[in-house]
Amino acid sequence: MSQIPEKDPISGTPTTGHEWDGIKELNTPLPRWWLWTFYACILFAIGYCIAYPSFPLPWGGHTKGTLDYTNRKGIEQELKNAAVSARPQFAKIAQSDLPTIVADPSLKSFAVAGGRSAFLQNCAPCHGASAQGAKGFPNLLDDVWLWGGTLDQIYQTVQFGVRNANENSHQGVTMPAWGDAAKNPPQVLTADQIDSVVNYVLSLNHQSADAAKAAAGATIFAENCVACHGEKAEGNQDMGAPPLASGVWLYGGDKATLVETVTHGRGGQMPAWSERLDPATVKMLAIYVHQLGGGK
Amino acid sequence: MSQHAHTEAASLYEAHKKVYPKAVTGRFRRLKWLVMSLCLGFFYLAPLVRWDRGAGAPDQAILIDLAGRRVYLFDLEFWPQEIYFVTGIMVLAMLTLFLATALFGRIWCGYACPQTVWTDLFVMVERWVEGDRMERVRLDRAPWTLSKIRKKVVKHGIWLLIAAASGCAFVGWYTDAPTLTLKLLQFDAPMTDVGFIALLTSTTYLLGGLAREQVCVYMCPWPRIQSALLDEQSRVVSYQAWRGEPRGKLSDANAGDCIDCLACVQVCPTGIDIRDGHQLACIDCSLCIDACDSMMVKVGRPRGLIAWESFTGQNQRAAGLPAEWRPLRPRTVLYGVVILSVIAAMMIALLMRHPLKITALHDRLPLWVTISGDRLRNGYTLKVNNQTRKIQPLLLSIESPAGAVLEVADQDQLASGNNIVMLAAQPDGQTTFHVTAALPKSAVDAASTPIVFRLVNPDFPEMRITDHFFAPEKP
Repeated sequence: MSQIPEKDPISGTPTTGHEWDGIKELNTPLPRWWLWTFYACILFAIGYCIAYPSFPLPWGGHTKGTLDYTNRKGIEQELKNAAVSARPQFAKIAQSDLPTIVADPSLKSFAVAGGRSAFLQNCAPCHGASAQGAKGFPNLLDDVWLWGGTLDQIYQTVQFGVRNANENSHQGVTMPAWGDAAKNPPQVLTADQIDSVVNYVLSLNHQSADAAKAAAGATIFAENCVACHGEKAEGNQDMGAPPLASGVWLYGGDKATLVETVTHGRGGQMPAWSERLDPATVKMLAIYVHQLGGGK
Repeated sequence: MSQHAHTEAASLYEAHKKVYPKAVTGRFRRLKWLVMSLCLGFFYLAPLVRWDRGAGAPDQAILIDLAGRRVYLFDLEFWPQEIYFVTGIMVLAMLTLFLATALFGRIWCGYACPQTVWTDLFVMVERWVEGDRMERVRLDRAPWTLSKIRKKVVKHGIWLLIAAASGCAFVGWYTDAPTLTLKLLQFDAPMTDVGFIALLTSTTYLLGGLAREQVCVYMCPWPRIQSALLDEQSRVVSYQAWRGEPRGKLSDANAGDCIDCLACVQVCPTGIDIRDGHQLACIDCSLCIDACDSMMVKVGRPRGLIAWESFTGQNQRAAGLPAEWRPLRPRTVLYGVVILSVIAAMMIALLMRHPLKITALHDRLPLWVTISGDRLRNGYTLKVNNQTRKIQPLLLSIESPAGAVLEVADQDQLASGNNIVMLAAQPDGQTTFHVTAALPKSAVDAASTPIVFRLVNPDFPEMRITDHFFAPEKP
């Protein structure tokens, strides 16, 4: 830089002296203050690297930074803050009975939002993210309920569950395996009888069925099934027996599935959520499920 | 600038050369004062204008309420959903800038850019405290005396006051200005407001007082872009070299009209020599035209040695022809047509704006639910944006398909079985309803059937929203 700089003949601008294949670099200098902003950025970056986690270490892990901050810790803190700010509503829900909560719009919307969040964490694996259900796991959007669809009945079911060890759980009646002599010796049905009763059930649902078999099935149904499913196959919520003519099926309404159901029996289970979740969350779950569209 | 660089050994860094713009009078200077007064007046005073919108609504004529998510513009009120109006305004601003540049060069830079306006204001204060160009040069070279310290303190004090006022005015656009003023006086303003006032105060002081032309030359991307928008027909501030060269003394009979008095250089706010030709640092403020014209009048030569002239015009004058200017060129016509179309589109959108915006969103999962009685049910989220300030009743019914049973969560049918539900859309906000429609399976033929919701309100024509009713494929 000590020699007198060469000038570009066309623009009159001095060159830096650098040349590549005959192309010379013009020197259009920046002011020094701009350089200082560059240094300031470097200083900031150094400070940032010291304060925050930055570099992976060759022997595993990474530098922790003097502030000991991680995104996870940040999220944990945010969740903690949110839990603290939601504490009054939780307390109010825990103390109030269901009609009181539902009557208060702000408390209800809090319960629905909280219930949705708890549903996604606890119930979605079986009932689906939108409560749409799956084979063997009831759809909670429809208006057909095994154990009742009023808010109180749903609350009861969520609290204590179905056919589990909790003494308050719904036990109802487990559907016997009608075609299995080993499991159901006194009242076993033959494959023909099962075929007839399935034809009867199909005829109740206006599906193609053998009329003669359906007629025979009606007698078998009256002898064996009405105790739980009712004379008109309307179901019985005390026993957890589903209606058989609603068009809504828990396991499937096609012939093969019906034969399977009658032959081997059914008996779904559900945990008692009052054993796992706090009382306010259980209430919020009941309120959430009740307002999904099928609640009575 | 370039001459200066020639005599120095090459450095990779430009040495700071402080610019001392000299006072000048003339028609462009008067125009610049006028534009500056209008811009600053609008910026400082607009937030103070009141506008009655009734109870419960802010009474500031222009208010960008970020927390409340509303933009108030006199009788207009924009919601975040209408962000396209902001997009339209930005597109318009950009195209207008293109058009103005294609016609008159960088008049935005020279007259209306906030950087130019505040720099002008700060230089005015500087001149008022420290005197004109030569006095300021002398003051800066003089040793530190009490009088120099006093002048510097007064200057920077006034600059800081202006900067603080600008910061307050800026925040006043985003919050109720009188309330903000009162709270500032009571030392009770919200920390966010104080933070933004501090930020804007420091940037105004830094950019307007200290950085000045450095912003235009080194920081701003516009000079690079705007140069690309010019063509040989664009009028720019230019030195008529054909007339001025060779420069020489007034008494020199062989010299051109330029008497090399350097008046144009001394008044330049970016410190350049316009006689070097059109260049990146020239912001087309035309103060050099005023300076040169007054000098030409003094020496008895025609004005216009530095003029707002296109390159074509300059060449024509040099050849002794009358200069002709073609403002209507493909690019200006194109800009004009696009600007008018954007304005038309925005006006149509503004006139067709409905204060009740209703949308239906079909439930994603599941698409349908089988319910008792062999029926199918579809769910929809109905959102009503009510931009009026009163509750809007809406009678909701399903126009087609016939026989669909309507239900709305938490709302009863008007009369049992009549399939009409009264919805109450809350004022100045969005109300969400969950709506379901149920049909017997036997009544649905296709996997997707159009469904039409009808909404009736006493104040507006009836509205229809079309969506789909989904069903399982028939085997």
